[in-house]
Amino acid sequence: MLFTSYEFLGFILILFVLYYLIPTKFQWPLLLAASYVFYFLADPFYLIYILTTTVTVYFLGCRIERYREEQSGYLKDHKEELSREEKKAYKSGIKKRQWRLLLLGLLINLGILAVVKYTNFAIANVNFVLHCFGSSREFGLVDLVLPMGISFYTFQALGYIIDVYRGTVKAQKNPFQFALFVSFFPQLVQGPISRYQDLSETLFGGHKFHAETVCFGLERILWGFFKKLVIADRILVGVNTIVRNPEEYGGAYVLAGMLFYALELYADFTGGIDITIGVAQVLGITVTENFNRPYFSKSIKEYWRRWHITMGTWFTDYIFYPISVCKPMLKFSRFAREHFGEAIGKRMPVYLSSFAVWLATGIWHGASWNFVVWGLGNWVVIMISQELEPLYKKFHEWAGRRFGREIGENVLFRCFQVIRTILLMSVLRTFDCYRDVPLTFRMLGSAVRGGNWQIFWDGSLLGLGLDMADYGILAAGLVLLLVVSLLQRSGSVREKIARRPYPVRFMIWYGLFLAVLLMGAYGIGYDASQFIYNQF
Amino acid sequence: MEDLLEILRDLHPEVDFESCETLIDDKILDSFDIVSIIAEVNDQFEVTISAEHIIPENFNSARALYELIQRLEDED
Amino acid sequence: MMQASLSIINFRKDEEKVKRKKIMKAAVTAALVLTSLFLLQCLLVPKYATDVVEGSLIAEYYQEEKDHDVVFIGDCEVYENFSPRVLWEEYGINSYIRGSAQQLIWQSYYLLEDTLRYEKPEVVIFNVLAMQYDRPQKEAYNRMSLEGMKWSGAKVKAIRASMTEREEFLDYVFPILRYHSRWEELKSEDVQYLFDRKKVSHNGYYMRVDVKPAENVPEGNILADYQFGENAYDYLDRMTRLCRENDIQLILIKAPSLYPFWYEEWEQQIEDYAEKNDLLYLNFLEMTEETGIDFSTDTYDGGLHMNLSGAEKLSACLGRILQEDVGLKDRRGEKELSEKWQEKIIAYEAEKERQYKENMG
Repeated sequence: MLFTSYEFLGFILILFVLYYLIPTKFQWPLLLAASYVFYFLADPFYLIYILTTTVTVYFLGCRIERYREEQSGYLKDHKEELSREEKKAYKSGIKKRQWRLLLLGLLINLGILAVVKYTNFAIANVNFVLHCFGSSREFGLVDLVLPMGISFYTFQALGYIIDVYRGTVKAQKNPFQFALFVSFFPQLVQGPISRYQDLSETLFGGHKFHAETVCFGLERILWGFFKKLVIADRILVGVNTIVRNPEEYGGAYVLAGMLFYALELYADFTGGIDITIGVAQVLGITVTENFNRPYFSKSIKEYWRRWHITMGTWFTDYIFYPISVCKPMLKFSRFAREHFGEAIGKRMPVYLSSFAVWLATGIWHGASWNFVVWGLGNWVVIMISQELEPLYKKFHEWAGRRFGREIGENVLFRCFQVIRTILLMSVLRTFDCYRDVPLTFRMLGSAVRGGNWQIFWDGSLLGLGLDMADYGILAAGLVLLLVVSLLQRSGSVREKIARRPYPVRFMIWYGLFLAVLLMGAYGIGYDASQFIYNQF
Repeated sequence: MEDLLEILRDLHPEVDFESCETLIDDKILDSFDIVSIIAEVNDQFEVTISAEHIIPENFNSARALYELIQRLEDED
Repeated sequence: MMQASLSIINFRKDEEKVKRKKIMKAAVTAALVLTSLFLLQCLLVPKYATDVVEGSLIAEYYQEEKDHDVVFIGDCEVYENFSPRVLWEEYGINSYIRGSAQQLIWQSYYLLEDTLRYEKPEVVIFNVLAMQYDRPQKEAYNRMSLEGMKWSGAKVKAIRASMTEREEFLDYVFPILRYHSRWEELKSEDVQYLFDRKKVSHNGYYMRVDVKPAENVPEGNILADYQFGENAYDYLDRMTRLCRENDIQLILIKAPSLYPFWYEEWEQQIEDYAEKNDLLYLNFLEMTEETGIDFSTDTYDGGLHMNLSGAEKLSACLGRILQEDVGLKDRRGEKELSEKWQEKIIAYEAEKERQYKENMG
């Protein structure tokens, strides 16, 4: 069920009404039922996967928790008799058992994810290697369905079990509540990846109808539909024309495609997340924000703290830190500092672990070399900017002396930084547009050579499947996005709207609704595209 | 405590670590900084701060971090 | 004591006031939203007034006095090829054509069901070309055949039977969802015919007076399978049954259009079907002598459809059969009906005049 389908609208409408009609203690069971219905309607076969993840992680989590309880009980009972060493030995024994359970959970669930998502990628690569060695043998690709949202709920469940292992959260004893945590339907389509301690706060409690919360939620849903239908799905036509016909559209078109895609991806992804968070909010549930005006970032590093935040922190907390601070890495750190000097040696372990993170991030996004190159491209850019840090500092000092004030405060300079970040990200993202890696490099090369810059003013852009009216709407939409983003800097836009008198509020709501209704790219003639993040 | 402050000042000379209590919340320390700190603490204090200890509460101020180190020393 | 109870009363009054105000606010909002959406929908749906006027045909039926002796159902081979005016003037037969572009057989069937809600004609005439389609075809044609229907069970069933893969039922309920992006193409006719549509047909007949002789009509391509589909047969059966139950004589016809090609194998199947079900079947392709159709003067698009001259010839021939073989009564004596027809004939002549003038100029 796509967010942009009548079925989805009907589904949430019925759910909203039921949710506030029934006694509050039945609300979370209703959500569980709704989530499974949602999943069932997508494909009954998917249920096998999500149930496997739910059951294994639930039981392993409970088991890990039981060891912890056993441990504290045992230590309390035998407080006097045990020596320090004995206590330590006992604890590490428990830890070892917990670790085995955690490992089992990771292996099962990452195994499922790897098999459904990466089998064909692996086979294709093996075939390629065989081919290189002159073998005519070829393995056939397998036909596996990629269950909806598997990357999201798997990561959410794994985050939970790691937290239980670390002791930062207590295991959920109620299997049905746990099942709801894994399957909460607004998040199934494209995230965010919630943490158990965040989502569980509001997921299971009862929620009385609260007009303002519901109103805010509905506003957010409407805003999401605006971004998704009016902007993203409209410009998608232009993006597809460019990237699917690389022979025809080279040079400046590649640049146009990059910029279009930057807008498309932003509107599509943040719009989808707005719908997710809005639906949850109508239900009285708080879902972690996934974006924080990312296109205002002044560096790539900052950008990745503000774009797809829940994924970024997941990778940081569960991959980057564990690798960076594990014993071998600390040893390597000492070794590097001794042999390569303090300055470089200190950074080497960090770079190594962030390499691993970006490799994983790339592969997580999709089973293809394009994403691997994209992920590592991000890594390279971040490393380079880290290495250039001293140079930047010198430049800032020099500029400070030259102009008599800190250049970082200068609006123009900040705009330059923001545009630079957007451009850099757009260049990297071309890897997720074109068919394969060599083609992407060729197209980037052709963009650098340029030559046909006149397309930006001679009307060629009207030949991409977008007419004047489309560009008009896109321009207006872009301005609206910008205005809303700027307004957000001084606090919630919805609260600002709420302070206005009713006729003004009504005009805003109805205007936005009409914009979606009349200018949305939906229905026959518009192939409402799937959310880009749907199957990651 | 003084040793710890020195490690921190080395990273960010411009920050007043003795009074600041929002090192993580205000994004003064990023993930790279945290990893460097842990590596140096590991060297100087001979304690291992593992991934599970990397939570905002432990890194928001120099004091909190110092308390964490003491806790870990005690356990060893 | 007094004061306390007074203040309670006041408080209650205030509360009631707030409540009333809230209800008023909601009511005004709802009225505003619904009215504006309704107006927008009226504005955005195609008016079919000057372009593709075929889209207006189905809806026009409902404005008629429903007392017809003969009702035609089918595609362009009925609404462009028969003139009810001739049937009236020469034989006193009151007829109406419920035709639409590429009307599929289930649409014809449900249009018949729909018609029976209002009247019970003596004869229903169905053009069999639509038997060639067993599955939904094109959304645009669906729209033209279905949108004009008034809401009823028949319409719901017709929509369900007709939807192509990507169509949604809701788009029929609220056409604004289908036509939401038409604001780009709005013309003055969209405002002019906001509520009242322009009348484009003459009892369902779409008149054309221009001439384009039929030359080099292509032979039909060889088909993989000449057997009419199961679904199509099913609806033909249902049509036959519905007519029988209602005591209506069903007549199958094949209009004399040269193209789309009418295959011998198809002809055979219809002949067999008519014989088995004891139906009258008229293939006008084989009746050129009786009809007097001349394809160098009687068609406006090279043999696909009749022009006015062709349609009138064909109607004269059909009328004779209806009077002599079927035995329909001559109703020219009915005063009220005659008067109605008098008016219609004036409009018919005016349209004829207009088109001739336009073609000359």
